[in-house]
Amino acid sequence: MKLELDGISKAFGDFYANQDISITVEPGQIHSLLGENGAGKSTLMNVLYGLYQPTAGRILVDGKPVTFSGPGDAMAAGIGMVHQHFMLVPVFTVAENVALGAENTKGGILDLKETRRKIREISDRYGFDVDPDALVEDLPVGVQQRVEIIKALVRQAKVLILDEPTAVLTPQETDELLQIMRQLAGNGTSVVFISHKLREVKAVADVITVIRRGRVVGNADPSAEPAELAALMVGRDVSLSVDKAEATPGKTILDIKNLAVTAPNGHRLVDGIDLSIAGGEILAIAGVQGNGQTELSEAIMGLTDGSVTGSITLDGKELLGRSTRDVLRSGVGFVPEDRNHDGLVGQFSVQENLVLDLFRSDEYSRFGSLKPKAMAANSKHRIDEFDIRTPSATAAAGNLSGGNQQKVVMARELSRPLRLFVASQPTRGVDVGSIEFLHKRIVAERDQGTAVMIVSTELDEVIQLADRIAVLYQGRVVGVVPSNTSRDVLGLMMAGMTAEQAAAENATPSPAEQSAGEEGGLL
Amino acid sequence: MSAPATTTPSTLPSLVGRPVSFKTTIVLGLLAVLAFVFFGALGSDNSATLRLATDGDLFALPALVLPGRITGIVVGFLLLAIAGISFALARRGEKLPAWAVVVFGVLFVLGFLAWAVSGGDTPSISLTGLLKGALTLGIPLIFGTLSGVLGERSGVVNIAIEGQLLGGAFSAALMGTITGNAYLGLISAAVAGALVSMVLAVFAIKYLVNQIIVGVVLNVLVSGLTGFLFGQVMTANPEAFNQPPRLDRLPIPFLSQIPIIGPIFFQQTIIGYLLYVAVIGVWYALGHTRWGLRTRAVGEHPKAADTLGVKVNSLRFWNVTLGGAIAGIGGAYFTLEAVEMFTKDMSGGRGFIALAALILGRWNPIGAALAALLFGFADNLAVVLSIVGTPVPSQFLEMLPYIVTIFAVAGLVGKSRGPAASGEPYVKE
Repeated sequence: MKLELDGISKAFGDFYANQDISITVEPGQIHSLLGENGAGKSTLMNVLYGLYQPTAGRILVDGKPVTFSGPGDAMAAGIGMVHQHFMLVPVFTVAENVALGAENTKGGILDLKETRRKIREISDRYGFDVDPDALVEDLPVGVQQRVEIIKALVRQAKVLILDEPTAVLTPQETDELLQIMRQLAGNGTSVVFISHKLREVKAVADVITVIRRGRVVGNADPSAEPAELAALMVGRDVSLSVDKAEATPGKTILDIKNLAVTAPNGHRLVDGIDLSIAGGEILAIAGVQGNGQTELSEAIMGLTDGSVTGSITLDGKELLGRSTRDVLRSGVGFVPEDRNHDGLVGQFSVQENLVLDLFRSDEYSRFGSLKPKAMAANSKHRIDEFDIRTPSATAAAGNLSGGNQQKVVMARELSRPLRLFVASQPTRGVDVGSIEFLHKRIVAERDQGTAVMIVSTELDEVIQLADRIAVLYQGRVVGVVPSNTSRDVLGLMMAGMTAEQAAAENATPSPAEQSAGEEGGLL
Repeated sequence: MSAPATTTPSTLPSLVGRPVSFKTTIVLGLLAVLAFVFFGALGSDNSATLRLATDGDLFALPALVLPGRITGIVVGFLLLAIAGISFALARRGEKLPAWAVVVFGVLFVLGFLAWAVSGGDTPSISLTGLLKGALTLGIPLIFGTLSGVLGERSGVVNIAIEGQLLGGAFSAALMGTITGNAYLGLISAAVAGALVSMVLAVFAIKYLVNQIIVGVVLNVLVSGLTGFLFGQVMTANPEAFNQPPRLDRLPIPFLSQIPIIGPIFFQQTIIGYLLYVAVIGVWYALGHTRWGLRTRAVGEHPKAADTLGVKVNSLRFWNVTLGGAIAGIGGAYFTLEAVEMFTKDMSGGRGFIALAALILGRWNPIGAALAALLFGFADNLAVVLSIVGTPVPSQFLEMLPYIVTIFAVAGLVGKSRGPAASGEPYVKE
């Protein structure tokens, strides 16, 4: 099936998320849409999938114009989609999830047997190893993604859209997914692969279309240089590496001993972690999302809702059991992983957000009243220092772009003298230009002698920033390794192997290597 | 706030010991000691007679005679034993299985009955009558709770059960009197319940008004409206508007003559039999039909259902409406079965009790129906025991099931998890 988008535009009010986009996807082709977060890739795909109605333009299937009033129409036309956030009902079995919306019934009664048979058939054909009767919430993310693919294939999808499919996968799972995409293309299914990760796109795509600010800015060949693709994506030359001097670690500042966090539902989320960070070094916490990183940083900040045991000391003083305000006051800066939810008050102005944790100090308030002049002076200073692009200091923080929001959070946290700086996913959803800047600031903070802990699921970010890397798996540290450890070894560790096992495994060549090993650039 | 664990941490043996919860053990232990002391040590020397036989049985069963103090002591020991097992399990980080908690509950009630009846002025009750009454008082609760199940499983919180019951009761009385036909009254009750539901559905689903607030306001509205019409129309001319015929009892041949079971289950009016159909039907349909699968999906993850072509809001609308019709039938119980007239606010808060049953029954139609039965049992127990003349004030008995609910909902029986999207309107982006 040949799929064409012809001059698609999609406007939300005055804002054009897509403008005049034309793309042709040939049968059996892997067509990659490359673009930064917020470039309009997902909007485009939601238009294609019938979730949004285009403001202008046509969709053509095999040369005939079609209109989709909903996902049902798109599916009927042979378009399947694997969403970035999986569209699976967690408490349903695999079979129930696959059946939903396309149920086989016998006299009105659900016939899951037929669905199970189809799942097994597809699972065998592509080597998915998916049990139709497993509960989805019990499955690892990689398997859940396969369930999504099965859902599309059961509905006879001829074009499969994968929206940022690798964001939640380990490097090994990513390699497997790239293999699956090749298999699908080999069987005649077209694949639209949406990503901002150059390495993966280069490894698998037949054709690359680059999107920036809602427009197609060019097509590229998979053999193009990463720097060339990055420049196309961002609109200017970007440095793909972080310049940093060798670390000069001082004495230990943060010391975590036998830390365990148990969620209210009894799940052990952090399971006996020992870590220490010295002043002037960056320790990066690597791992697939959901392996205890969130809980580790929340435990340090006194934010967790579970029960915490063990010990966390800062310069020898215990942090556990102290309130979040106490922890902040003792010299800890924190960038939470979800800035919209925990890092900013969206309706507040940039100026107010910049003093959220400081408004009690004499500098910004007296006798319970704020000092607007001091706050204004502060915001002017920080906006310049951090190059925050905002219409004014009194604009609502929620209206800024992701990168600028993150700069506000970072500016606030770094405006106090710190002993320890904890940043969770510091560049998630941030444009490449801002990433460069934020990384520089993090390294600068390290060079002032602060202990820095970076929690990131982006392996590239971890490798570039870290002086040492601790890999978390199922709430435990499987190993602490130097930053020059290879991606493959780190990937195996993220799947639960110890450093030694991973090194040994990696020494024997495996099929996973041939797919996407060589490029080590940013993104 | 924290991201859900995507991998299951339990696949590795834990390095650090699990935290041990003694909550269940402590509560069970306290209850066991209470039973041992009050029902046993301080029990009466009289015997409690629990009659099983009723008129019309195929054969008469002998009455159950329980010596007060001895029964109390035996029950007390058994309860202590269960609490002990719970303690041993808790130390190993395990939980008492749910059935053991149920056995504990049944034993406790038995001990309580033996104690309360043997201490009474006339130490004899009909156990069959007690259970039969429990089901009868449970009827509106069960219909109400099913309405809640249908709403919440498809993602709409249905606080308006009270209004649906009351609307059904009023409509049944009015139409039953006007037409002189109880069955037409029953149908109009279902229609009235559905209409109340539709108002809830339109505001909650189409206009995205807070579902709790719409529900509460609807209850007050229906109470006011029926109260007004009762005062202005019905009281003025009861013969024309408020003397509905009673529904006939329809005993099922043979089945109704089986001792204990027959009188309890098979001497119902049409409402009672509809109840069985509704509970089993909703339970089966939720689990085994296309409609059920879609309904559950819409209540758990509406966006996922939408991306698969399920019409989320329309499904929610019709499910809430169906729930209202079911609750309306429950309302007809008040005016076509219990008493042959409508009085102001005669549903007496049972719609809210039905909500409690919904949670105690963990959003499962069968579970919710059993929970509603438990509440019906407690209600009827209070009535029966006040006739016997027990030392316990009846108000205290009436409080009991709600104390049980609070404990149960607080997590004694295990974590109860409702449909994930319940109460959240679905808006397409």
